[in-house]
Amino acid sequence: MAVRLSAPFGRLINRDARVFFTFNGAKVSGFEGDTVASALLAADVQLMSRSFKYHRPRLGLTFAGDDAATLVTIDRRANCFADTELLCSDMKITSQNHLGSLEYDLGAVIGLLARFLPVGFYYKAFYRPQGIWEFWAKFFRRSAGLGRINPLKQKVVPHTKRYLHVDHLVVGGGYHGMKAALEIANAGRRVLLVEQEPVLGGSLLYSRIDPEGVVAGRKARELIGQVETNNNIEVMTTAHCNGWYADHYVPVLQGQNLFKVRASAVTLATGSLEQPAVFRNNDLPGVMLGSGVQRLVHLYGVKPGHRAVIIAGNDEAYGLALDLLDANIEVAAIIELREEPVEAQLRSALTARVVDRGVRIIIGVEPHAAFARRGHLAAIQLRRQTSREVHVTQYEPLETIACDLLCSSVGFLPQYQIPCQAGAWLRFDEDDNGFTLDGLPEGFQLAGSITGKWGLDELALNPNHAWPIFPHPKGKEFVDQDEDVQLVDIVNAVADGFTHVQLVKRYSTVGMGPSQGRHSALATARITAAANQSSIDKTGVTTARPPLRAEPLGASAGQVFFPARLSSMNVAHLALGAQFLHAGTWYRPAYYPWPGEDRIASIEREVINVRRNVGMIDLSTLGGIDIRGPAAAELMNRLYTGGFKGLAVGKSKYALMCNESGVVIDDGVAARLTETHFYVTSTTTGVENVYRQMLKWNVQWQLDVDITNVTGAYCVVNLAGPKSKQVLARLTTSDLDDVSFPYLGVREGVVAGIPARMLRVGFVGELGYEIHVPQTFGMHLWKSLAAAGATFDIAPFGVEAQRLLRLEKGHIIIGQDTDAMTHLRELGMSWAVSRKKPFFIGDRTTAEIDTTQMTRRLAGFIVESANRMNVPQESQLVLQGDRMVGRVTSAAYSPTLDKIVGLAYVPATSAVGDTITIKVDQGHGLQAILCELPFYDPRVERQRVSDVSVAAIKESSPERTSLIRALHVDVETSDVETSGLETSVFIVDRTLSDRCGVRGSAAAGWLESLSMLVPDKPNRARIQKDGAVLARLSVGEFLLLGGSDYLGCHPEEADGNYSLPRADSHAWMVVSGVHSREVLQSVCSIDLRPRCFSDGDVAQTLMFGISVILIRADEIFHLCADITSSQYLYDALGETVNSMLI
Amino acid sequence: MKTLHCPLNGVRNIDEFTYGGEYHVEPDRRQADRKTWAEYVFFNANLSGVVTEWWCHTPSSFWFLADRDTVTDEVISTYLFSADPVE
Repeated sequence: MAVRLSAPFGRLINRDARVFFTFNGAKVSGFEGDTVASALLAADVQLMSRSFKYHRPRLGLTFAGDDAATLVTIDRRANCFADTELLCSDMKITSQNHLGSLEYDLGAVIGLLARFLPVGFYYKAFYRPQGIWEFWAKFFRRSAGLGRINPLKQKVVPHTKRYLHVDHLVVGGGYHGMKAALEIANAGRRVLLVEQEPVLGGSLLYSRIDPEGVVAGRKARELIGQVETNNNIEVMTTAHCNGWYADHYVPVLQGQNLFKVRASAVTLATGSLEQPAVFRNNDLPGVMLGSGVQRLVHLYGVKPGHRAVIIAGNDEAYGLALDLLDANIEVAAIIELREEPVEAQLRSALTARVVDRGVRIIIGVEPHAAFARRGHLAAIQLRRQTSREVHVTQYEPLETIACDLLCSSVGFLPQYQIPCQAGAWLRFDEDDNGFTLDGLPEGFQLAGSITGKWGLDELALNPNHAWPIFPHPKGKEFVDQDEDVQLVDIVNAVADGFTHVQLVKRYSTVGMGPSQGRHSALATARITAAANQSSIDKTGVTTARPPLRAEPLGASAGQVFFPARLSSMNVAHLALGAQFLHAGTWYRPAYYPWPGEDRIASIEREVINVRRNVGMIDLSTLGGIDIRGPAAAELMNRLYTGGFKGLAVGKSKYALMCNESGVVIDDGVAARLTETHFYVTSTTTGVENVYRQMLKWNVQWQLDVDITNVTGAYCVVNLAGPKSKQVLARLTTSDLDDVSFPYLGVREGVVAGIPARMLRVGFVGELGYEIHVPQTFGMHLWKSLAAAGATFDIAPFGVEAQRLLRLEKGHIIIGQDTDAMTHLRELGMSWAVSRKKPFFIGDRTTAEIDTTQMTRRLAGFIVESANRMNVPQESQLVLQGDRMVGRVTSAAYSPTLDKIVGLAYVPATSAVGDTITIKVDQGHGLQAILCELPFYDPRVERQRVSDVSVAAIKESSPERTSLIRALHVDVETSDVETSGLETSVFIVDRTLSDRCGVRGSAAAGWLESLSMLVPDKPNRARIQKDGAVLARLSVGEFLLLGGSDYLGCHPEEADGNYSLPRADSHAWMVVSGVHSREVLQSVCSIDLRPRCFSDGDVAQTLMFGISVILIRADEIFHLCADITSSQYLYDALGETVNSMLI
Repeated sequence: MKTLHCPLNGVRNIDEFTYGGEYHVEPDRRQADRKTWAEYVFFNANLSGVVTEWWCHTPSSFWFLADRDTVTDEVISTYLFSADPVE
């Protein structure tokens, strides 16, 4: 029965290319360029879906993605709008929301019960007796929602997110959008023109402006030609803008790509949404919007019916009538709603032509009800025009006209959603019957009918009819066809007291469906206003938050990147079969299980080996900060609680940091390397914040110091155990005896041929040496220690063993044994406060707290003769009777002591020897005894160094390794290269190449004294004579990449000129190739267009969630980032290159 | 996403910045009475209007001050704590 209209109808389809697909299992075909809906209609499908609530048959209303009638499941993707989804071959399309078959839906029985299910039914019916909702919910849940998904069978579709910068974003490629784009482009600005259809033209492609129907097509051709030849305009089709965020940050979705567009200015030319007339059975298959029918006819050549009736509230209806006649569709009648006693032929050229063609125009009437036969529209009954009210009491029925197509053209609503997100508001003009937008933010313009003004160049009559709403005594006049909300539902919502339009929405669910009120907002405003006897202007519409249109979750997720930091020794951990744990963004070995060993057994073996022999642990995650300069000791004194001015060079000291409220926030070891150089360690997850706070304080204090976060620059191994000295002695020439290198001593020396900082520490309670070496030497250090320690039964130990070892020693971990309220006094650490210095951060508050009553303190406890199964968990409660008085912070079975040891907050009044009750699993009470700390080696006898002489190993020449290569054991090549886009992007790892950094007030002068070309301002770079790139990162900070001429010239540790360990703190990758800018731009939020980021520009920014330095020099991009993130950055870049190949 | 102008690095997305709290003038830590001290440590003004705040550009660890209207969320100006030149 269905006929495809011949050309020129069907502008978007290619009749030479058939596309085959299935609908509910039946084989169907369409053409290339069809939407799924147009192909189904052309294949004579009379029923596309069932409605949400009453399961009424639906075929489609807007054919522009603005109603839920066309929701189908396509290849397991639920809830696709068939009228916007382009047809592809072999699509498997199934209808949704029916029990049994689409044609015989058992759920339709609900429609018969509609009058017993008034608005607010669920709220009213199921709140008594208590618990009744839980019973009924099971049944309602099954009927709620639309399409079904099966997460197990879902196909993984890759989605990407990209940054994009434009001068001016124009949304909507219709007449006004193209005009605006051309005007802006001709003024010399770059324009991105976004159009949701596959081609430009907007309504010019399907609406009728003149009686002959030639003007729209001509204008479209002219403008499209101009746009396509304009070099300043980039066109993006089948894409839509889905919201607006601060400072013109606009998401544009195109297929599986989400573009995060940052525009200097935005012009919205997205037009208006046609609004349906409201009358009984206005949802029957065959009742469509006039613009929807025009789209079907003109764009896809689909003839949606044979005999049509048009409900006319404006002149657009007459253009529609001419279109239908041209498409050989009989126009049985035009129901003219307008009351003005002007002869139709005098209204406009369009109306005159319709009269000429002999179409019957009926005035003084309105639709009463539509009727169906076999589920499809069959006739419309008219009645004499009634008063404009929300109820109809008296009416005079008139004739019934047979038709299988009923189109309405009664009014439009500007696409207000995105302007309102940008801060604009709607105003309703009662004389003009339309909404207009006011209060647009700076840089945001509107063009075309979104302004509320109609027409192309001169303004035409406003197309809105004042009251296209026709109540029926039996209801079923649908306001919102997504949610099956009838006129009476809104009236009753107001009557129930939900008078505000926002409450009407929430109570009646109007506007809550998939189209979010896009075809119901105007009628809702009118009915709510009328029911409240208020004005439409005061009533307004509900808030339309982003996203504008339904958006797949994958679009928001995009590619997901989780930053990961790994030390250069990671390859060794992998080879040893380490189990990892996450600490901040770090991956750390938790323990190293032997074959057949469980977690507990591994940890205990590692602990015992440290106590008996010697162990080694990767502590590279430990924060490290260099503080250098004449005021270094003064800064330390102010930042930490202790006194540091008197600390001897070559000694270290426990350092505790408080905030201004006296809460302990960090701890570490501060080592004095020289009179003016402190090296202080910090907690793994705290160092970023500690470093930032140090800088913030010194911005205010202006002390003459340099503060550098060198966490990534050093690889650290703690060598601990009674035999640790023997192992170290084999690898260094430094004297290790107690006098030359006492407990808490610090030495700079050479270990395994590598320049190293050595700290004698006792964190785990044994003789121990922290060995800090440049990051790229980490692998060499690890191997050397393992080899040298083999004869002493050395074994690696992980974080878990370290936690247990330090617990035995009674050492706290900030953040585990402290919380956001923990003060020094509660930790028993008042000894760590120096009273001699003028002040430290938190001193005043600490002093005030000391005058108050202490309520709790951290204490050690033991549980004798307890087995491993009984270990209390962190945060289990300490009880006194049934009152909670504290909690456990750390606890473990100690294999060394064969008892359970732990730390807990207990009442301040409790004393050593007291018994506490810990509420463990299943509510049992576990008795524990408070005791003195530490549990192990209270007299510090384990720190004594025995004199055992060992033969030193002949030092091998140390080898540096890249942290990228280090992860692939078998990689042999010197450079790692990734290519994509037909080898148009190259990523080369230059981690092992020369580079250095320098900072300070004298740095620029020093570089100039070396005859270097110094960039004149921050964030600029210059290429040196030998090809090296010198980047200026701030007034006084420089980064030198490559070259060899200057690298011997490390600055003296002089005031205002401090060298930075950039060869070890930062990875260096070179990104080159013709598409390198595109690849970097897609993941970089700053504007990399040559005009904004030119040769010699430097940007310190975020990429993949980590800090990077990006330098553009000679058409090559240099990328530097934290060295321990090397592998992450390299993988993420590679993945980006690959995703752009899709 | 909102943008913020960093005096060193220019206009950047707000996710490149770390908020550092309201700017407070520290009272004399020895002379101030307990109430004054407690208010300095624990209280923010939380004004409706223009407040001065600390912000840090995270990738460059660069601290500066911003005058921001908490009603409109408009940043009126950003500047350095001291008069040191940026360029």
